[in-house]
Amino acid sequence: MAEYLLIESRDPFESNDVGYYCDLARGLVEAGNRVTLFLIQNAVLAARPSAHAPQLRAVIGSGIKVLADDFALKERGIAKLLDGVQIAPIEIVVDHLEAGHKTLWH
Amino acid sequence: MSKKTFAIALMDPPYESENLTTAFRILDVMARRGHNINVFAYEGASGLAFAKQAPHPNPVHGKNLAEENHPTTKDQVAALLALAARNGGKVDWVNCGMCVDERGVGEFVADTRRGSPADFHAFCEASDNVLAIPTK
Repeated sequence: MAEYLLIESRDPFESNDVGYYCDLARGLVEAGNRVTLFLIQNAVLAARPSAHAPQLRAVIGSGIKVLADDFALKERGIAKLLDGVQIAPIEIVVDHLEAGHKTLWH
Repeated sequence: MSKKTFAIALMDPPYESENLTTAFRILDVMARRGHNINVFAYEGASGLAFAKQAPHPNPVHGKNLAEENHPTTKDQVAALLALAARNGGKVDWVNCGMCVDERGVGEFVADTRRGSPADFHAFCEASDNVLAIPTK
């Protein structure tokens, strides 16, 4: 079993690729891996409770840990998050790199 | 946590992409923790360490040079190198030579150097982990 950190930087309302990245996250978990999805930059827009973001909602509760960058949230004035999304600092990226986890950026 | 060595690939040009803001935040954490950082600045990112970047005033907002305090990426690169050194780490910042020549940005801040994609291959082989940050 491998451990992955998938970093999503894109807004799902701007890029259809976000759905494919969420599919990748779910596929990795289904293959027996541990996956953390870290939302940064405009990707955090999907974590608002009011956002219509079925790709992200399908990831939540599927065994994938979903985090949202505190800096990106603050920049965009986002204070309320979907249930299942936790706020995290950028240090989380270095934590995963230090631990030798496979880290991908999209 | 023991000292690690990381390879980082950057591709975005200065002053255009939020990717670089996030990249420098990650690099800052690595430098504060005393890790060794090998950066390959490719394509537009080859201009990040260009030494002739200059801050500017903002006449639209009525601010002079000091008031505007415009950040430059060359200063951010220099600050990263200094921060890593203070914490016992080392930064090997390589600017892709072909990318530099295409853009005419061959004058770098001190302690960065010219290189090629072969350096990135060597970085990956010598590093504990790799993070590539591509353009959108």
